[in-house]
Amino acid sequence: MNLYSYILRRLLYVVPVLLGVCFIIFIIFNVVAPDPAFILLGKHATLEQIAQLHKELGIDRPFWEQYFQIVKSAFTFDFGYSWSSKQQIWEMIKVGVGPSLSITFPLFIIVNILSISIALLVSFYRGKLIDKAVLLLSIGMMSISSLAYILFGQWFFAYTLGWFEISGYEAGFPNFIPYVILPVILYVAISWGPDTRFYRSVILDEVYQDYVRTARAKGLGELSIMFKHVLKNAMVPILTYVIIQIPFLILGLLLAEAFFSIPGLGGITIKAINTSDFPVIKAMTILSAVGFIIFGVITDVLYTVVDPRMRLK
Amino acid sequence: MTTATGTETMAMAAPAAKKPSKSLWQHAFSTIVKDKLALIALITVGFYFLLAILTFLGVIASDWGLEVGPSYAAPSAEYIFGTDIFGRSVFLKMIKGAETAVAIGLATSFISLIIGTSLGALAGYFGGLVDELIVWFYTTFSSIPFIMLLVAIAFIMGKGTSTVFISLGVTSWVGLCRIVRGEVMKHKEREYSQAASALGAGHMRKIFKHILPNISHVLIINFSLTFESAIKSEVILSYLGLGVQGRPSWGTMIDDSKLELARGVWWQLGAATLAMFIIVLAFNILGDALRDALDPKLKGK
Repeated sequence: MNLYSYILRRLLYVVPVLLGVCFIIFIIFNVVAPDPAFILLGKHATLEQIAQLHKELGIDRPFWEQYFQIVKSAFTFDFGYSWSSKQQIWEMIKVGVGPSLSITFPLFIIVNILSISIALLVSFYRGKLIDKAVLLLSIGMMSISSLAYILFGQWFFAYTLGWFEISGYEAGFPNFIPYVILPVILYVAISWGPDTRFYRSVILDEVYQDYVRTARAKGLGELSIMFKHVLKNAMVPILTYVIIQIPFLILGLLLAEAFFSIPGLGGITIKAINTSDFPVIKAMTILSAVGFIIFGVITDVLYTVVDPRMRLK
Repeated sequence: MTTATGTETMAMAAPAAKKPSKSLWQHAFSTIVKDKLALIALITVGFYFLLAILTFLGVIASDWGLEVGPSYAAPSAEYIFGTDIFGRSVFLKMIKGAETAVAIGLATSFISLIIGTSLGALAGYFGGLVDELIVWFYTTFSSIPFIMLLVAIAFIMGKGTSTVFISLGVTSWVGLCRIVRGEVMKHKEREYSQAASALGAGHMRKIFKHILPNISHVLIINFSLTFESAIKSEVILSYLGLGVQGRPSWGTMIDDSKLELARGVWWQLGAATLAMFIIVLAFNILGDALRDALDPKLKGK
């Protein structure tokens, strides 16, 4: 199979997956979920009011039409209006992307550079004391709830010691920096562990391959084997893992944004959950799924460009 | 890794002593017992399960709801981890929370084990259209980010303990399903499986009596992973107000502390985080040790 027909096939597979995602969202919010009239109108609504609301929200229409509406919104991004703020959801999303990126982008860069470097270091010294110490530290730090990190960090470093801003946000490039430092540090502490462990296992998978033994047999130094051979081959799974993180950058960090009052998409989602704002939760779910699917295709295609064997599958 | 060296000495010692060869499970058990860290982890997990059973039976911590002192008393000899807003002992709440945590871990792992194994085995064994359908289903399912799906399901099911069980269970089977599918695919081509067909074994008998026991190590490793991630995810659900109701859990304790910290009340956060840290760490270490001990590819390396 050549590259183009593979890409075409991979793209075509997006259609059933996207339809399936919309179907799950439809089942959750339009079939199983409680009647929104209870949330919006309260207990004392009259039958006319309820009928009027159903008509406004379009949930008196047949199921297939409601499903089609969801599929359409996945392409047009027309998610309708928020119940609590009455704003157009797409406008809210556009405003929220900036603040979310201001915290997720530096985090993404720092965590990946840090954990790939540590992974290289410990796989070079595999089995030695430093390897064991880093593994134990990463497991230990992974065993603490992310909420505990945020609560403790905000209370201790920002409130008690006063080193950082407790919460708040200012738009614009240099202005936002003081507000994002602490959340970024906390999330580096939360996510370096799993990432380092993943990169380490990927690199170690390569270390025991035959070509490494060959390279060693012909007298290459360990350092040049590590960088010229092992890292080159491990790059494929490493890149996949990095790229698939990108859609989550846009979506922001749910807990951190809520706690540090950063007006990003994560904060919007948390607020929507607290106020039972169905359309916003639905929109964020669709948006994140679409992002995930698109970047899934991108990684698969890149994978086959780098490693043609994958196309045969 | 400590277990790898343990395996090495095992493999070298075995032929010298002319012992009868060990089964996978005997081998795994002796590997774990020899690895001190893994043994401590195993004992810790056992201790938590014991605590959970004892609190479930009402032997200990049944009076967690009683007022034992003033509101927000700091940790002291009298109140080991201090008291909460209602003057209840944080220590007893922490112990009672172990029961909740073990219940959540068990329920979640069982639900995900049942869904993941059955779908994965069906897809891997029958292949063809069945496989395509199941692969489509889990690809679709995993395209929705875990946290959004979890929240959406918990949200529409409403508050309650069963919501926590089900929402965590139905969102955590995809990884297992994927692995089981791959393993079953490999195993159905093996000689033992063909021999079973030649002897007239039906599909169900082959899957349940022959193939699944051979990949049970995958299920065990996954069980320990799901268990600890369920305990961690419960905190997020509690924060969103979708957690367990009417009994203490570490998640609600951590969530409660967001209003207490500004008043300097750190002990509720500390106690719940510590209790959770120990069992999750133990499960993480145990999971790694199990992987090393049970993965046949690493055996004797």
